Amino acid sequence: MSDDLVIAGRKFRSRLIVGTGKYESFEVMQQALEASGADVVTVAVRRVNLTDKSKESLLDYIDRDRFTLLPNTAGCYTAQDAIRCARLGREAGLSDLIKLEVIGDERTLFPDNEGLLEATRVLVKEDFVVLPYTNDDPVICKKLEEAGAAAVMPLGAPIGSGLGVQNPNNLRIILETVSVPVIVDAGVGTASDATITMELGVAGVLMNTGIAGAKDAVSMARAMKLAVESGRLAFRAGRIPKKLYATASSPLEGVLT
Amino acid sequence: MAEKTEIIVNGKQTQVLTTWTVDDLILDLELEGRQVAVELNGQIISRDRWSDQTLGSGDRIEIVHFVGGGEEEKCLMI
Repeated sequence: MSDDLVIAGRKFRSRLIVGTGKYESFEVMQQALEASGADVVTVAVRRVNLTDKSKESLLDYIDRDRFTLLPNTAGCYTAQDAIRCARLGREAGLSDLIKLEVIGDERTLFPDNEGLLEATRVLVKEDFVVLPYTNDDPVICKKLEEAGAAAVMPLGAPIGSGLGVQNPNNLRIILETVSVPVIVDAGVGTASDATITMELGVAGVLMNTGIAGAKDAVSMARAMKLAVESGRLAFRAGRIPKKLYATASSPLEGVLT
Repeated sequence: MAEKTEIIVNGKQTQVLTTWTVDDLILDLELEGRQVAVELNGQIISRDRWSDQTLGSGDRIEIVHFVGGGEEEKCLMI
């Protein structure tokens, strides 16, 4: 039975979206992307280094027939910068998907939701498929949906923190509040974090540091693939209710007396 | 013989010939065939316009491409 992640009518088999930063080499990144089973990979937009042309290009290591590129506006601190970055990303990548980030604070990398909303409105008008990185706040998620975001991407915990989802209740409320896909972006530290996140019923998980920063990134990528699949399966299967006392799983009838 | 003029490419003063187009600059920088986007004075120049768009004195060119990144560390662009 197919259970695709659908964003603005586009179907993806994997519910894991991975970043391409912080790997020790392009080769390791390439192997990790493969092991993660992801269909969508996010990439940053930066100036070409014109003084050192020997540098290999990231895209030499990403099979465009296999992976969908999701350009991001990482590092942008104003709506204007993010809009500019998104337009350049579309031009370079020939894709209208954009992971929209407008960062509001250097230390926490929390989003500037005011700027984010403004940039979302502008880019939606320009026919971008906007996936905004935001707080785990149902109110802003609703506003982003109303502004035309194709999905909302609340953080589970601060970027790169590896803390795992800090406020599952907010994510549950967000799931009840919006009808676009909810993709948890940031905070996943290890496989169990990814599973717990998916068990909440979110549409997907986006991560970078959790994989790239692991001692063995390729193995962690595979662990995350399995974890996301497990969490999704468990969510769909429907877990048993939590109870305070034991319930025997063997029949009580016919017990030897 | 074509005259030389100065433009700014990715923040750096660069000498080009006044007859040059964006295409000529891309060739000179050995970026042909690479997946890059070009912005001239804040406006994106799509690839199909590279061969028509000439360069003038003081023009500011930004040439960007994709690099590794995801949920991002602090790293300012442009």
